[in-house]
Amino acid sequence: MSDTALPGPKGPAARNFFAALQLDTRLLGMIGAFIVLCLIFNVVTEGRFLTPRNIFNLTIQTVSVAIMATGMVFVIVTRHIDLSVGSLLATVAAVMAVVQTDILAHPDALGLGHPAIWVLALIAGIIVGVTIGAFQGWMIGYLGIPAFIVTLGGLLVWRNVAWFITSGQTIGPLNETFTMLGGIGGTLGESASWIFGILAVTLVLWLQIASRRRKASHGFPVKPVWAEVTLGAIISIAILGFVGTLNAYHIPTARLKRMFEAAGETMPEGLEIGYGIPYSVVLLILVAVAMTVTARRTRLGRYIFATGGNPDAAELSGINTRFLTVKIFAIMGGLCALAAAVASARLGFSTNDLGTLDELRVIAAAVIGGTALSGGVGTIYGAILGALIMQSLQSGMAMVGVDAPLQNIVVGVVLVLAVLVDIVYRKRTGE
Amino acid sequence: MDTPLVEMKNMCISFGGVHAVDHVTVDLYPGEVVGLLGHNGAGKSTLIKILSGAYKADSGEIMINGEEAHIHSPRDARSYNIETIYQTLALADNLDAASNLFLGRELTTPFGFVDDDAMEAETRKIMSKLNPNFKKFHAPVKALSGGQRQSVAIARAVYFNARILIMDEPTAALGVHETQMVAELIQELKKQGLGIFLISHDIHDVFQLCDRLAVMKNGQLVGSAKTTDVTDDDVLGMIILGKCPPGATPGPGALVDEEVVG
Repeated sequence: MSDTALPGPKGPAARNFFAALQLDTRLLGMIGAFIVLCLIFNVVTEGRFLTPRNIFNLTIQTVSVAIMATGMVFVIVTRHIDLSVGSLLATVAAVMAVVQTDILAHPDALGLGHPAIWVLALIAGIIVGVTIGAFQGWMIGYLGIPAFIVTLGGLLVWRNVAWFITSGQTIGPLNETFTMLGGIGGTLGESASWIFGILAVTLVLWLQIASRRRKASHGFPVKPVWAEVTLGAIISIAILGFVGTLNAYHIPTARLKRMFEAAGETMPEGLEIGYGIPYSVVLLILVAVAMTVTARRTRLGRYIFATGGNPDAAELSGINTRFLTVKIFAIMGGLCALAAAVASARLGFSTNDLGTLDELRVIAAAVIGGTALSGGVGTIYGAILGALIMQSLQSGMAMVGVDAPLQNIVVGVVLVLAVLVDIVYRKRTGE
Repeated sequence: MDTPLVEMKNMCISFGGVHAVDHVTVDLYPGEVVGLLGHNGAGKSTLIKILSGAYKADSGEIMINGEEAHIHSPRDARSYNIETIYQTLALADNLDAASNLFLGRELTTPFGFVDDDAMEAETRKIMSKLNPNFKKFHAPVKALSGGQRQSVAIARAVYFNARILIMDEPTAALGVHETQMVAELIQELKKQGLGIFLISHDIHDVFQLCDRLAVMKNGQLVGSAKTTDVTDDDVLGMIILGKCPPGATPGPGALVDEEVVG
């Protein structure tokens, strides 16, 4: 936690500096590793890795796995595992696709292109995802079947339920509004992105001040003011820098021209419009905030971590650990539904192999992000960062032109090394 | 002092045909410490886990303040102000002291969110009384020493106005100084009118701290006695042989005289 000593041969000045900021040193390590990774790829690709365009693509490619990884943190923290997320994603995507293209778009229903279709399809998907998740959680919590087995079964069952729902066909094209969830087809645009960024900065600073006031009112020690200011400044710059980068990726001129032609106008010469933040990334940010609040500030989150740390103690404290398992897997199912919406919207179609091997990516993201399989330890932001690191590694190697088999070998090795580093780190800090 | 705080009558529980607790009857009065003694596997911990809601008895009656109580879960037990300090301490090692102290009973803000600062403030308050040297409020309890962990477990039991306290081997993992601290705490709680069940292996502890004692063997009650009416050797005889001395009230598990002779 915050008051442990920093590892490594740092001078006393550096130690004091970081100690005063009271940052999670493991988070710093991960961010450091991520930055180093990006810089290496940037050098090797001669500057093509850290372009607004590539960063934009990286973020939208990460969203689906990252959304599921936040739920996997809860699952792994309580010493369970969920191998069915990729298949569940396929089933939910199939349901949403059928609902929007066959059922709602039917002339007797809402009709093709109705503005309410996307949200109804999404709601249907979330209901299906939560129900399946809760059912699996019930089998684990109340029937006592190990999560590994239940979800291994789920891996086979849901992949093929998806196949049945669609009779093996690819369903699409999906509703136009729905596909805006996918990434490049739906972005906030420049002004709205700046507003979003400024709101985020305001919120962060307000939370920082509120927390400091609350601590002071209880008479607890608070960080020095300069540390608070430094921290606030770093976070603000990071948020606004991210928004600026996504805004700097401009819509290609040819596409812009077509958009103007579609609207029946001519495009002014030399006009440039940035994409801004994709809706899918907004969704991920909302999920991340909601899941972090759940983990840190609700009883549910507290019980999840307590149960992960010592299931017997949790039970003796009057926590209903069985029902807790149902809730955790229901959340996981709901997040699979959101991820399914993003993944199918990004393709514009629902295919049977959607989400294949995602269970492994999701678990790897959570684990690289510092979630311990022994339970009780894990963070939401870590899992998202883990997903981002995995995706960067994969697409970076693709850009460099590493052979496909070698790419997977590297990802596998990195996964094992990341866990080793984490174990060594924990031993040294005594956490 | 006429109505017992707790009366457990004819408690039975068996696991897969083994009678872990077999028709045991014990009682506890306010301001009294009752020691439960016996070998490993004699059924002391099991008996006490019925009272704390961790196990459900097969048969038997629990009376609290003379009224029948229905205890089916740890939550029920807490609603009768029964608090337990388990031998294993039952702490979530990955959480800090405040989270453990309030586990299952978190303080919340008006919006329903967990109020960590308020809980930390309360924890600091009670710790300054119980263990003034306690400083590691932000470390997970796994980073604490045995004594510090023990004081977290005790704080949890004491904080919520317990009326009935169950202590399972409270001093087993402690050093001399910390054992003394627990002894003083027990005297203090007695004065406040709590009833305490103390499970212990240490006969010396029992004689020092308890008013009465009850001995179990093979799931049955050998007998119970005031600590002033029996000697160390008497109690050892009860634990090892199941022989009930003249100063004690024999239970169903007491050896009948003929068997001793024969």
